[in-house]
Amino acid sequence: MGMLEAILLTIATASTPLLIAALGELVVERSGVLNLGTEGMMLMGAVTGFGVALSTGSPWLGALAAILVGAVFSLLFGILALSFVTNQVATGLALTLLGTGFSGMLGVGFVGQPGVRMTNIYIPGLSDLPLVGRLLFGQDPLFYLSIVLVIAVSWFLFRTRAGLTLRAVGDNHGSAHALGISVIGIRYLAVMFGGACAGLAGAQLSLVYTPQWVENMTAGRGWIALALVVFASWRPWRVLAGAYLFGAITIAQLHIQAINLGDLSFLPGPLYALAAGVKSLPSQFLSALPYLATVLVLVLISRNKRLTMMNTPASLGSAFVPDR
Amino acid sequence: MKKTMIALAAAAAMASLTAGAQAQEKLKACWVYVGPIGDFGYSYQHDQGRLQVEKELGDKVETSYLENVPEGPDSDRAFERLAREGCKIIFGTSFGFMDSMVKVAAKFPDIKFEHATGYKKSDNLAIYNARFYEGRYILGQIAAKESKKGLAGYIVSFPIPEVVMGINSFMLGAQSVNPDFKIKIVWVNSWFDPGKEADAAKALFDQGADIIVQHTDSTAALQVAEERGLKGFGQSSDMAKFAPKAQMTAIVDDWAPYYLERVKAALDGSWKTSDTWGGIKDGEVVMSPYANMSDETKKMAEETEAKIKGGWNPFTGPVMKQDGSEFLKDGQVADDATLLGMNFYVKGVDDKLPQ
Repeated sequence: MGMLEAILLTIATASTPLLIAALGELVVERSGVLNLGTEGMMLMGAVTGFGVALSTGSPWLGALAAILVGAVFSLLFGILALSFVTNQVATGLALTLLGTGFSGMLGVGFVGQPGVRMTNIYIPGLSDLPLVGRLLFGQDPLFYLSIVLVIAVSWFLFRTRAGLTLRAVGDNHGSAHALGISVIGIRYLAVMFGGACAGLAGAQLSLVYTPQWVENMTAGRGWIALALVVFASWRPWRVLAGAYLFGAITIAQLHIQAINLGDLSFLPGPLYALAAGVKSLPSQFLSALPYLATVLVLVLISRNKRLTMMNTPASLGSAFVPDR
Repeated sequence: MKKTMIALAAAAAMASLTAGAQAQEKLKACWVYVGPIGDFGYSYQHDQGRLQVEKELGDKVETSYLENVPEGPDSDRAFERLAREGCKIIFGTSFGFMDSMVKVAAKFPDIKFEHATGYKKSDNLAIYNARFYEGRYILGQIAAKESKKGLAGYIVSFPIPEVVMGINSFMLGAQSVNPDFKIKIVWVNSWFDPGKEADAAKALFDQGADIIVQHTDSTAALQVAEERGLKGFGQSSDMAKFAPKAQMTAIVDDWAPYYLERVKAALDGSWKTSDTWGGIKDGEVVMSPYANMSDETKKMAEETEAKIKGGWNPFTGPVMKQDGSEFLKDGQVADDATLLGMNFYVKGVDDKLPQ
C-alpha cells in the first residue's frame, strides 16, 4: 500500500463521523430547528454501539442500536423544545450535558475493554487496484453509508415533495401551518433523523475509528459537525466538501510534522517551499489549521449573499406555537 | 420546569450536607481530577489510588472526588467547595491546578493540600510527582533493540517539561543501544482525543516508523499498532488487553503507595508538607510485564530496571544538548530542578521544540 493511498484512507475514516453527524443536523436545521445536542447524542450512540457490539459480538447490531438510541434520545429534545416550546439553544445544550454524563455512567463497565471492530468490505480483484482500490472498494461499511446518505439527503431535500414540505416548514412555519402542514409533526421526524445520524456517527467512533469506549471520546466532533452545517450554508454536498477538507488538513498537518523535508525533494519548487513553510510553523498553529482553513474555504464558497440567504432556513431556532 | 430543577438541586445539596455531617468523626480525603475517571489512563490511575486508600483504611476514612475539573479559574471553586464540605486532605492531580491550590490552601490553613506535578509548596501544600522518565529510558532501549528500521514514532501532547523530559530520556535510552536511532515526533496538542491519536499513529507508521511511543492517554495508538502488526508501548495503565501482540510494556502509574502514606500521616497527625518525587524504586512507576520482544531485549530491559532501582539516573553525563553544547559532564547527574524545568532536546532529536 502506497503512502498516498494510506493517507487517503486515514482521511476517509477521520471525515466520516463528521459527515454523518452534520448531515443529520442539516436536515434538522432545514426544518427550522436548532439542536445543539449533537455531541451528547453522538456519545450516547458511541456507548450504545460499543456495548451492544461487545455483548452480541456483532458490530452491525451495535450500529443499529446506536441509530435507535440516538433517535430516542433526540426525542427528549423534541418533546421539550417542540411540544413544550422551551428555548432550543438551552435545551440542545442540556441534551449535550445529559448525553455526556449519562454515556459516562452507562459506560463505566466498558472502560478498559477492547471493542469489536466493524470489518472492512473487500471485493477480490477490485480492492487490489492500485491507488483507488482500497479507497473505493475496501473500506468499512459506514464509509459507504455516509456517501449514500449525502446523495439521499440531497435528493430528498431538493427533488421530492416531502423535502419541499420540510424546507417550507423551516422557512416559514406560519405559512406552512396555514396550508395545513403539520409543522410540529415534521419537525419531530427531522429531529429524530438528526438523532439517528448522530448516534450512527458516534458508533463509527467506537466501532471503526477507535474500537474502544472511553468517556467523552467524541472530543468535540459534534461541535465541529454543527459548525460545518452553518459554514456549508445548509447544502449537503458542501457538507461533504467541508468534512473532507477538515479531515484532509487534520491528517496532512500530522504528516507534515513527522516528515523529513529531505524526503520531499521530489516535489516541484513552489510545492516544496509551501511544505517547508508549513513545517516551520509552530505545532499549536498546525493543530488549529483544519478549523481555520475549513471556515475560510466554506465562507469563500458561500460568499454569494443572495444564495446564502436563500439557503438559510428563515425560521431557524424560532419557536412555533400553533394558534388554532 | 425551572422550579423542578431548583427543587432537585436543593434536594441534592441537602443530601450532600447531611452526608457530610454524619461522617465527621472519619477523616475525609478528597481528590480533584482533570479528566474523567473512565479515561483508562491518567485520571483512572489516580482513582485506583483513591480506591486503594478506601480499601486499606476502611472505616477510618471517607473519600470523595470531583472529575473533569477544567484547569484555570474554575478549579478555584472546586477546591474551595471540597474545603467547605469538610475534606481534611485534598489531592489535586493536574499541573494546571497549581495556582488555584496555592490560593485556596492559603485560605484554609487547617486543611492539608497535595498537588501532583507542580512546583509551588507551602506549610499546608505538599507536592508530589513520579519519575516517569525512568521508565521512558527503558522504552528507548527496547525500541532501539526491537526496531528493524531504527525509527520510532512519538506522539506527544503539549511541550511541557514533563513531556520534553520523557522524549529526552527515551532518546538517551535508544542511543545507548543504537547511536543512530531516529524518532519522528508529532504533537497532537491534546491529552485525550482517541481519534486524533489514532490518526497520528497511522501517519507515523505510514512514514516508516515500526514502533510507536506515546505521551497521550488513550489506547488508540496501540490499537493501530496491533492492526498493522507493529509494536508499541502503553501509557499510564497496562493496555495489553487492547494490543496483546503489540504492547511490549507499559509505564504504569501507581499512586496508591503515596496516597496511603499521606492519608495515614494525616490520620495520625504526622503530616508535614513535603516534596516527593518517587520512581521505580518507590513502586510509583511500574513497568508492566515485558512481552512481544526477544529474550535478549527482555534481559536488557530487566537489567536496566534493576540498575535504576539501585539508584542510577538515566540523566547521567556525558549528555549533549540538541545544538551540540554540553548539558552534563561525564559522570554528572542532572538535578531535579533542571529536569522539572527542562525545555530543550538532547542531541539526536530531529524536531524543533514548540515554544
